Amino acid sequence: MKRSTVASRYGGVFVLAAIIAILPLFLANSFYFDVAINSGIAAIVCVGLNLLIGYAGQISLGHAGFFALGAYSSAILTDNYGWPPVASLIMGLLAVATLAFLIARPILRLRGHYLAMATLGMGIIISIVLNQEVNLTGGPDGMPVSAFSALGWEANSDLTWYWIVGGSLITTVWLALNLIDSAVGRALRAVHGSEVAAQVAGIDTTRYKILIFVVSGIMAAYAGSLFAHYTGFLTPSEAGFFRSIEFVTMVVLGGMASVFGSVIGAVILTALPQFLTVFHDYEHVMFGLIMMLTMIFMPKGLLPSLRNWINKRPL
Amino acid sequence: MSSEFLQFLISGITVGAIYALVGLGFSIIYNASHVINFAQGEFVMLGGMGTVFIASAGVPLPVAMAGAVLLAVLIGIGLQKLAIERARDASVVTIIIITIGASIFLRGLAGIIWDRDFHSLPAFSGEQPIHVAGAVIVPQGLWILGVTMAVAVALFVFFNRTMIGKAMLGTAHNPLAAKLVGINTSNILILSFALAAALGAIGGILIAPMAPTHYQVGVMLGLKGFSAAIVGGLGSGPGAMVGGLLVGVTEAMAAGYISSNYKDVVAFVLILLVLFFMPAGLFGKRSSERV
Amino acid sequence: MSLLEINGLSKSFGGVHAVQNLEYTVESGKVHSIIGPNGAGKTTLFNMVTGVYAPTSGKTHLNGRDITGLPAYKLAALGISRSFQNLQVFFNMTVLENVMVGAHLHCRRGFLESLLHTPSISRSNDGARRRATELLEWVGLEAYITAHTDSLPYGALKRMEIARALASDPKLLLLDEPAAGLNNIETQEIDKLIQQISDNGVTVILVEHDMRLVMGVSDHILVLEHGQKLAEGTAGEIRKNPDVIAAYLGGTAETN
Repeated sequence: MKRSTVASRYGGVFVLAAIIAILPLFLANSFYFDVAINSGIAAIVCVGLNLLIGYAGQISLGHAGFFALGAYSSAILTDNYGWPPVASLIMGLLAVATLAFLIARPILRLRGHYLAMATLGMGIIISIVLNQEVNLTGGPDGMPVSAFSALGWEANSDLTWYWIVGGSLITTVWLALNLIDSAVGRALRAVHGSEVAAQVAGIDTTRYKILIFVVSGIMAAYAGSLFAHYTGFLTPSEAGFFRSIEFVTMVVLGGMASVFGSVIGAVILTALPQFLTVFHDYEHVMFGLIMMLTMIFMPKGLLPSLRNWINKRPL
Repeated sequence: MSSEFLQFLISGITVGAIYALVGLGFSIIYNASHVINFAQGEFVMLGGMGTVFIASAGVPLPVAMAGAVLLAVLIGIGLQKLAIERARDASVVTIIIITIGASIFLRGLAGIIWDRDFHSLPAFSGEQPIHVAGAVIVPQGLWILGVTMAVAVALFVFFNRTMIGKAMLGTAHNPLAAKLVGINTSNILILSFALAAALGAIGGILIAPMAPTHYQVGVMLGLKGFSAAIVGGLGSGPGAMVGGLLVGVTEAMAAGYISSNYKDVVAFVLILLVLFFMPAGLFGKRSSERV
Repeated sequence: MSLLEINGLSKSFGGVHAVQNLEYTVESGKVHSIIGPNGAGKTTLFNMVTGVYAPTSGKTHLNGRDITGLPAYKLAALGISRSFQNLQVFFNMTVLENVMVGAHLHCRRGFLESLLHTPSISRSNDGARRRATELLEWVGLEAYITAHTDSLPYGALKRMEIARALASDPKLLLLDEPAAGLNNIETQEIDKLIQQISDNGVTVILVEHDMRLVMGVSDHILVLEHGQKLAEGTAGEIRKNPDVIAAYLGGTAETN
């Protein structure tokens, strides 16, 4: 990447920041804020997931598991044990990091379909556990989560949450772009390009795969914690298979190996069901169709396909 | 053998037979195309729900069953021709997402075109329980075991004694060589999907009298069928059968002796254990990559 | 001075003995070629020396240090690099990025500093970029420096892989059939390139079928047959060796 693309990379962050800064002027009521905030939360998960799927070339069909674990850690520690929310959040991140680290080595020895199934299994096991441990999690009926607070200040307005999520998203995007434009980032992409050639270049591919698996899990958990305090009520469906597929679809729709693509994919697939009630009733049908059509006709996703079309390069 | 143990065994084998049928479907498609068809579970759903709704239009039950199987087969062929064939050279992730998308699509469609309620089929030959050594088996359970065994025998004959069956095996081993000897591999692919769909649908019809069918019934049954295929070794027919029984019995034992709440976890824990320690499964082939 | 010593190296795949009890010494600073009919075990030997396969038995020493069975990424740190017979190009990256990856071990690789894009990361990136650009010019690919890998012809991709292999500044470079699929002119350019590499002090081992290239560029040749050493010596000696002629060169000499 030359100097000019570096400038255009930071340019993207500025554009995103500008959009986030100006958007509240156009959000007429609570409903619109809700859509924006939920889009941002999903986008944080997707940027992390994209690092794993799009850049490092792995796959996870169980990332909602990490998302929900972050959410439930915050909920359980804050509400059942009276911990301060910030401490619960950090604890949740540590817990997910530990779990991801422990499971990463055996699971990432697998490739392709097998890796997909193993991560699927992992996610479903997490959701079943959350469903069954009623004393801890409230089971399928869910559990309430108290508001996020720190040092006496409480986050309870739409606008406050908007800034929290918006700020987190900008930071996440910035960190991801930085990572990609570094030797570590290139190593991740090399793992995707050819594991054997990456190893010959001195890259310990297993270590890098584990690293990005854990990092993307932490990002999902962080988003989960925000989600828990924002919505104020959690159910185990947040860990469910469909939620994991939603995240993967957002990444795939927006464009694999495209940070901004993930943001766009998350926004589109969070906002669309909310705004088109037709879409909402037929949610499954629409999602399934989008997944199939995108992968058949536009396998690189929206943003990269758009870029190619503009540059008129063959896909 | 305590009667309690026997009871768990019987219920485990019964449901395991269904897992085996689903798992066979996975293996047949995997053999033909190296694709894991996440929509396999939906064929099960189509069998059960299809029969219910075709019968509700006044069609006699056996005809409705045949119709449901036919419906599943047509959808299976459609899936292969319209979705998977177009993405033939795509990456694994792409194909996985296509089949998951197909399964979500079919599920959603079923929920809209039919409905989202639970439905039951009448048992094939009544519900008079049969007492065996202190345990109970219902006639439907015997139907399940009987039909599954008949299917297994039929498939064995098909793959080992008929030209088409052998052609399918040949295509699985070496698609290029198969083409060179004049086998129409594209038709073989269609046949695989048709066969897998039929197996799934039959499984769905068999279990519907015992466990109510529902537009989402394919999710868990599909995943557990997949577990059966993985445990037995992806691509192995006998493996899927043994795997199915293993998953079913382990599940029943865990539910009976440990906790019925965590029954569903068993299949997924088995998936992880097999993938971590023995990815080729019990009967699967080990493969190596040439650099 | 011997750079690489191979003692009793063997590799079996089930019942197939791809390489049996091989003894071979590679002198530093020279160009060595390994030839032999198909199935002789050349690429298997390569894969063992570069850490892709673990040997069934036997030992390999680099500068006296036992490197038997070490994985490829550790061997890279010890100065061993290679190119691939069936290209292993990072098609998800540009030409420049491919070669930059080759310089991975020379870059700053801390996770936290990468996340924050510290000035030292910036400098490291610039350094890698410069190094990659120089190497691409050195192997004759200046026209493709800003290109994406999917627009490169086959011959250019082969040279890009060599540039990538050189980016780690190796002591020992293994080239797996560098001339495969190339025409006469391209092969001559590879010949020149190999000589340039050797003149720069890098020890080169190549596996090749193209006899003109092998005879022209090698200081030392090892002939394998059925996984065992058939003969070794200079190009002149090998050309006259009756066993080699009988097994390999006679009647089946490849002249593109």
